[in-house]
Amino acid sequence: MALDKQRFDTLILGAGGAGLNAALQLANANLKVAVVSKVFPTRSHTVAAQGGVNAALANVLPDNWHWHMFDTVKGSDYLGDQDAIEYMCREAIPTVYELEHNGVPFSRLPNGKIYQRAFGGQSQNFGGDQAARTCAAADRTGHAILHTLYQQNIRAKTHFYDEYFAVDLIKDEEGVVLGALVLNIATGEPLLIESKTTLLATGGCGQVFRTTSNAHINTGDGMAMALRAGLPLMDMEFFQFHPTGIAGKGMLITEGVRGEGGYLINKDGERFMEKYAPNAKDLASRDVVARSIVTEVREGRGCGPDGDHVMLKVDHLGEDVIAKRLPGIRESSKIFAGVDPVQDPIPVFPTAHYVMGGIPTDRFGRVMPTASDDGDPLPGLYAAGECACASVHGANRLGGNSLLDILVFGRLAGHNIIEYVKQNSAHRPLSDDSVAQSVDRLERWDVKGEGITVSELRKEFRKTMEDHAGVFRVEDMMADGVEKVKAIRDKLKDVRLTDHSATFNTNRTEALELENLIDVGLSIAVSALHRKESRGAHSRPDFPKREDGEWMKHTLYWKEGDKLEYKGVRSQPLTVESFPPKERVY
Amino acid sequence: MIDEGELKNLDRLRWQCRRGMLELDVLLEAFLEQHYSELPTRMQRHFIQLLEFPDPIIHAWCVGGEKPDDEEFAELVASIRATSVA
Ligand SMILES: Cc1cc2nc3c(=O)[nH]c(=O)nc-3n(C[C@H](O)[C@H](O)[C@H](O)COP(=O)(O)OP(=O)(O)OC[C@H]3O[C@@H](n4cnc5c(N)ncnc54)[C@H](O)[C@@H]3O)c2cc1C
Repeated sequence: MALDKQRFDTLILGAGGAGLNAALQLANANLKVAVVSKVFPTRSHTVAAQGGVNAALANVLPDNWHWHMFDTVKGSDYLGDQDAIEYMCREAIPTVYELEHNGVPFSRLPNGKIYQRAFGGQSQNFGGDQAARTCAAADRTGHAILHTLYQQNIRAKTHFYDEYFAVDLIKDEEGVVLGALVLNIATGEPLLIESKTTLLATGGCGQVFRTTSNAHINTGDGMAMALRAGLPLMDMEFFQFHPTGIAGKGMLITEGVRGEGGYLINKDGERFMEKYAPNAKDLASRDVVARSIVTEVREGRGCGPDGDHVMLKVDHLGEDVIAKRLPGIRESSKIFAGVDPVQDPIPVFPTAHYVMGGIPTDRFGRVMPTASDDGDPLPGLYAAGECACASVHGANRLGGNSLLDILVFGRLAGHNIIEYVKQNSAHRPLSDDSVAQSVDRLERWDVKGEGITVSELRKEFRKTMEDHAGVFRVEDMMADGVEKVKAIRDKLKDVRLTDHSATFNTNRTEALELENLIDVGLSIAVSALHRKESRGAHSRPDFPKREDGEWMKHTLYWKEGDKLEYKGVRSQPLTVESFPPKERVY
Repeated sequence: MIDEGELKNLDRLRWQCRRGMLELDVLLEAFLEQHYSELPTRMQRHFIQLLEFPDPIIHAWCVGGEKPDDEEFAELVASIRATSVA
């Protein structure tokens, strides 16, 4: 196969908030930057973020980065690295101001300062009164950020490869990453992009689970590319589930519905949360509600012909309250669940929302290839955003902290790349082997004939993940799940495309995504099986306690041999005292 | 201008229906598969134009219940909303 080649100083895979903020730093420093995105940049998943981004600006209530840091460490259930968290909370402030200067239309106070709203998990004075820390641009924060960063990148002459699919990282003999093989979705032609540095910013992987709030593009491609390049993924067992997604579809039904008096019932009409959380009932914390729903379903009290969901009842609130206080819910339920909540309950099930784990990096976005804490980063490879794990969310992410994570670490990775390129100004020779391997992977899909379809295997895989590595995690079930997912991975070789055309072949793109999903899925299933404690989003009824003695450590998973290693949490911040682990009560 | 080839290129449109919001993925894809081919050319052009709008605007129209000013656009949006995805 003859390959076209292009050369850049730096290649960025992904055009969400992380990728675009990195690109902008680099293009402004006059580096030759390529950004590759499988969809048009402003259609990246960052657009879905409405809530906002946290920074201790103290515009509405007293605040400082140290309080923000405390909340984040506590929220992480003490699995977050405190040096990285300190860094993020301090950098939040210049990062938000830089966005403001670049033109993000943040909502404002009458005095002209950026408006800040209160969100769960935020406190003043280390666990005291509610703080107001979240900066928003009306209810379109993600869109406003993406749009502004995209325009600024166009101005700064960033080169965009829109609708190109990144297939694999290319390495040389010494394992140094030198760019990526990408596929032009419109023509089906591959292209080799050579670069001195590469940044993975491909976002999350919610599509691993059957029910998810994530868009279809969130298939963990960059994470799987890292795995195939021999790199580990860190803390993949920590996946945040929102308790009420529309059953079988995944769209979020906000917590506000239960806040206004909506409640959950099983097939017998029983208000089951009274059993699991006699005081807080339907307003218990997310993980408790999610696990209760799954328990009802598993014990045969689920609703619907397959008994696979429960119901959220709101009709008793009356049409006026629903219209006034819960706008959007009625429309969403009608369209996606086919029920009018004014009359009928909404079918719901926990929906996979956010992955805390990812490609391990230090706080400069450099990828860390080993479990050794003082080991060297991999030269030339960076990761930022939801695909990365700088370990700021630990076992549980706080609302408004993930936009922050992508923007801060995108920006800092950009700064670090500028330094790296100054010191490594020449392109290194490519390895033919590495190129050939990924071309082979692409060409494998040209094989014609009978076989399993992509959509069949994807369906089986996502359901298996939901049943065996989702909210409800007990030993036998999970062990069984790992074997099942491995069997699914073996079946990949029997998958055949139903469409072999070259242009806009969604069937082929989805096949490549399926390979990625399965690799990432196994990292979740295997990591979860082996963590024998409950911490943050990872909760195991068979090991219900957090075990700080044994488990204050990060999981690292490698694809080769499905191997696991562990490395200690970095509990020492940069300039302040460490926050020692405490029981997490709110 | 949207040419004839673009109108017929369902494969391309299918990829354009990949959005940053799950709601739009589900709704636009379903509409494309179920109804697009039967639409009069004029409406097909509107659909292609719709796909060029930012996600929050399409969301406000197709899910949030806001109405576009243009009558024909509003008609298209109404049929997208009525697509069976449940
Ligand atoms: C419904 C919803 C609401 C949310 N609300 C908030 C909120 O209010 N506040 C908050 O802090 N967080 C929120 N989050 C989380 C937050 O939106 C995400 O974590 C964040 O936007 C991820 O940004 P990113 O830059 O890492 O990736 P994304 O924005 O997902 O971008 C990934 C990019 O990578 C590209 N890409 C992926 N794979 C490939 C490939 N193989 N080849 C080429 N390109 C590829 C995509 O095209 C895209 O450009 C929300 C999440 C959801 C699901």
